[in-house]
Amino acid sequence: MAAATMNPFFSQNINQNSLVPDWTSQEVSTGTTIMAVEYDGGVVIGADSRTTTGAYIANRVTDKLTPIHDRIFCCRSGSAADTQAIADVVTYQLGFHSIELDAPPLVETAANLFRASCYRYREELSAGILVAGWDQRRGGQVYCVPIGGMLVRQPVSVGGSGSSYIYGYMDSNYKPNMTKDQCLELVGAAVALAMERDGSSGGVIRLASISEAGVERRVILGNQLPKCSTH
Amino acid sequence: MALSNVLETPLPGFNFDNAARNAALEGLYDGGQTPKPMKTGTTIAGVVFKDGVVLGADTRATSGEVVADKMCSKIHYIAPNIYCCGAGTAADTEKTTELLSSNLTIFSQTSGRNPRLVMAVNILQDMLYRYHGQIGASLILGGVDCTGNHLYTVGPYGSVNKMPYLAMGSGDLAALGILEDRYQQDMELDTAKELVRVAIHAGIMNDLASGNNIDICVITKEGVDYIRPYQESEYKDSRNMKYRYRPGTTPVLTKKVVPLKLEVVQESVQQMETV
Repeated sequence: MAAATMNPFFSQNINQNSLVPDWTSQEVSTGTTIMAVEYDGGVVIGADSRTTTGAYIANRVTDKLTPIHDRIFCCRSGSAADTQAIADVVTYQLGFHSIELDAPPLVETAANLFRASCYRYREELSAGILVAGWDQRRGGQVYCVPIGGMLVRQPVSVGGSGSSYIYGYMDSNYKPNMTKDQCLELVGAAVALAMERDGSSGGVIRLASISEAGVERRVILGNQLPKCSTH
Repeated sequence: MALSNVLETPLPGFNFDNAARNAALEGLYDGGQTPKPMKTGTTIAGVVFKDGVVLGADTRATSGEVVADKMCSKIHYIAPNIYCCGAGTAADTEKTTELLSSNLTIFSQTSGRNPRLVMAVNILQDMLYRYHGQIGASLILGGVDCTGNHLYTVGPYGSVNKMPYLAMGSGDLAALGILEDRYQQDMELDTAKELVRVAIHAGIMNDLASGNNIDICVITKEGVDYIRPYQESEYKDSRNMKYRYRPGTTPVLTKKVVPLKLEVVQESVQQMETV
């Protein structure tokens, strides 16, 4: 079971003698599975809903798909506090930029703002982010900003601790020029598979599709998860 | 130009110069060498119901294995419509909530708006994130404002979660078991109060660091009902001896009274300018 809790710079060591359990002193992490796929006309993003503090699930219905602007979302993985703070900062910066520009912002701009914060403060932060959205110029785009602050555009990208288990599935099942519904099915199945194998991922699957028309959100509850394996 | 004999006033705020050194030292020793902060092992819980929010807390503050305070107040006032339960380091929760209350009051007075829960949550999140988890405060904020009834939790590192029911502290697993089982949407007031009481009671029974009485705070559009204690512990002890000493227990050997002569040296009256 992969527990991807990253210890921040000033973490306190676990004291076994204390009356207070271990997980109260650990930082809250979204050990996670997140995924984003481009299609012609938009993007589909998905995530699980589990936030852990050590071995304790602090929130089993987390929303890791955070709106940054009307047609731009980010998928958060890593430290919950760090990613919430970065997303808040970028939301402000992008909103300001968009007002100055008097036009909807580009997804590439949002991705660069994330990269700027994640790279500058790379020693202090623990954040892996997927930026996905739609803009007039380039349509649906997915940008990956992993820990360390790299920026790269990819047609399909996965992130978080559960992503390790679904690279194979993603590589073999993604084909260019898929439709929106095929993308939704792909993301749903992939995240379900990862939740099956990764202890730090679980709960419900949150999906969103972003296009020129707007944002459509849906939730796949625990009892409706796609059943992939028979054993 | 600074004179060499003028003292520099210390910078305001916390000083974390030693944090890096402590982290490095911890790596050298096998656990337990560096001093640990005192925590209020606690059970706190909150529930959103039809007309508002119910917050609950136990009243035990521990200092290691000793109960330092049997009637500690863990539900703190933030605004007339917002209260906050605090778990973690006692001093941190106390001062953080006081700071939040004063900042929120200033903000709502200058903007002319009644305080909203999201404002309180944002102020807290900003502050706790800035201090990188050095402030050991896990807080449950509940309140009613013009946008509805809300319940939030803010962790020590600055992560925020919004939920219809929450429990924090060392007894939170026990309380959450009760809440997960019995929570319903749009409960009536009495059902909600009973649910929170049972949840805190589970924390008290199953966690050594939680105990004594249960405090409840009900926040609705109409106002706040702070019931302290809502339920008293059935294990209250009765003191058999009086610990007060009679006057005369300590013998007085000599007594000398010296009246201080104070004389008025100068008196001046200045009229205040009035419009």
